[in-house]
Amino acid sequence: MMRIALPLGLALGLLATAPAMAIDTTRLPIKDGNFSFEGPFGTYDRGALQRGFQVYKEVCSACHALNHIAFHNLDEAGGPGFSEAQAKAIAAGYKIPAEPNDKGEIFDDKGNRLTRPGILADYFPAPFPNDNAARANNNSALPPDLSMIVKAREGGENYVYSILTGFHQTPPKGFTVTANKYYNPYFEGWNISMPPPLTANGVSYSDGTKATIEQEAHDVATFLAWASDPKMEERKQMGLSVLIFLVVLAGVLFAAYRKVWADAH
Amino acid sequence: MSGQSTYTPKSGLEKWIDQRLPLPRLMHDTMQTFPTPRNLNIWYTFGGILTFCLAVQIITGIVLAMHYVANADMAFDSVERIMRDVNYGWLIRYIHANGASMFFLAVYIHMFRGLYYGSYKAPRELIWIIGVLIYLLMMATAFFGYVLPWGQMSFWGATVITNLFSAIPVVGTHIATWLWGDFAVGDATLNRFFSLHYLVPFIIAGVVGLHIWALHVPGNNNPLGIDVKSPQDTVPFHPYYTVKDAFYLCLFVIIFAGFVFYAPNFFGNPDNYQQANPLVTPPDIVPEWYLLPFYAMLRSIPNKLMGVLVMGGAIATLVFIPWLDTSRVRSCRFRPLMKQFFWAFAVSAVILGYCGAQSVDAAIAGIPLVWVARLCSIYYYAFFWLIMPIVGLIETPKKLPASIAQSVLGASAAAAAE
Repeated sequence: MMRIALPLGLALGLLATAPAMAIDTTRLPIKDGNFSFEGPFGTYDRGALQRGFQVYKEVCSACHALNHIAFHNLDEAGGPGFSEAQAKAIAAGYKIPAEPNDKGEIFDDKGNRLTRPGILADYFPAPFPNDNAARANNNSALPPDLSMIVKAREGGENYVYSILTGFHQTPPKGFTVTANKYYNPYFEGWNISMPPPLTANGVSYSDGTKATIEQEAHDVATFLAWASDPKMEERKQMGLSVLIFLVVLAGVLFAAYRKVWADAH
Repeated sequence: MSGQSTYTPKSGLEKWIDQRLPLPRLMHDTMQTFPTPRNLNIWYTFGGILTFCLAVQIITGIVLAMHYVANADMAFDSVERIMRDVNYGWLIRYIHANGASMFFLAVYIHMFRGLYYGSYKAPRELIWIIGVLIYLLMMATAFFGYVLPWGQMSFWGATVITNLFSAIPVVGTHIATWLWGDFAVGDATLNRFFSLHYLVPFIIAGVVGLHIWALHVPGNNNPLGIDVKSPQDTVPFHPYYTVKDAFYLCLFVIIFAGFVFYAPNFFGNPDNYQQANPLVTPPDIVPEWYLLPFYAMLRSIPNKLMGVLVMGGAIATLVFIPWLDTSRVRSCRFRPLMKQFFWAFAVSAVILGYCGAQSVDAAIAGIPLVWVARLCSIYYYAFFWLIMPIVGLIETPKKLPASIAQSVLGASAAAAAE
């Protein structure tokens, strides 16, 4: 009971000291990002997945882990469509904490953690060694792991898209942004710990796509949707075959049912 | 029905087996020649559908258990491993997760069907009571299963539900501690829930056997609620009801597959894709949809112990239905007054479920939902403990048809057939 009572007491205390004029800080309705993979036949846009990966790698990964994604996932069917060689090159670009060497050491003479280049079997390394380190570097806020963020939020990819494009707005009169927080009306309570992550031309796309904030947000939301649901395309394809089979089977069974019962009523 | 076997062994081997263990005879009599009323409608196909659901849950569950790790530090990641790295693991898990919802959908239809056609009335009281026991075991299994992914809703749902036992005076907290195996929901709780989640379905399978055994003594009730009087009233189970059940099962599976392949997280809560964190309470702790009506009852009562008693009593009430219904007529088809109260009950149960899904302080058009839930809870109890006994006494039922055959085939055809 203490665990619940303590935050509750704190929250009540904060309420008591809040200014008398209360503003309804319920989050705004989620924006519709018109994603290619919505609907029963929707598939991921490969270009968007690759661009979104670039945004994750160059921007988000500074603070956010992607714990459940391995480098070999990048060349798997239904994914961003990188070749195996490309996925290997991407993996090799990451430094992975090395296994103990021949002497059983994992630190070098200067006390630095030994590392090795990543291979396809490795998972994306987390930016911080533990939650406390992550908090210490982020004004005591904990950046969530992104591998399931789209499944773990009401509104999914549209929510991620709304948050990422919801910065850079002037707060309404009477609303004061808390210290070390940022105004984002798509976030419940409007105070978000994440600083505006995206800037126009913050990444430079090799396919010539113009890197506006909306474009970057849309791309990275697509990438994160895939990270949450890497089997979506396989699932929808199989679903179609299964449903066609079942409808045909239902037709056969219905004919049999009619025939058997023809003389019974 | 029971006792009159029409099985004749065709070969020497069958004869040899029949004299030692008459299993082929049992199968023949219960699944082939069993005389079944010829007027069973679509709502009577859900018994077969439920057997299918149980089989699907057990088979997918056994496979999931091969890959799942019941450990508070690893459970969440192991489920995600199943979704990503196990061959067709996503398919098996989505079938299992949605299967629970489909199972409850089917069981609620099955129960409301029994309620509407008076299938609990003599001589079928035990079928009904065993059914209530199955429903109770299903709820326990579903609750244990929902805890296993060890997401936020798993953890906090388990915390809320197990804490209900602490409402019991004097020994409550000890019971809660005993259930947890710890001083809070944790690793020990997860392990025992996994063990029980694996065990109880097999108990359910056994009790389902009793349910069907008890059914095969008086035979099926039917939409008219009148007894079978002559062989004209029945058809053999096979092929008539095997083919009918198969067709409607196929339609059911189409809906099932629609959820599995195109809306696999429709019944889920996004919070459960966040790992359990004892330090962060979700803003709204909501159980799975099939428990919502009872959850709404619990929440609508300010006193915790009273809330628990009202919720438990709502389920316990079901056991007494065979004796609360005083009507001489089984089927609501011939009970004009009871029919209206029945539909009001169905609507009230849905409203209760809706209230359970909303936040505690929610209101619609200025009416606090907690009061709506209170009214519906009162109606729930009143329906069984007042309306059922009283309406049965004061109602004038419509005239019952002479026989099932006459009702289905028409008077002249039935006479000609005889």
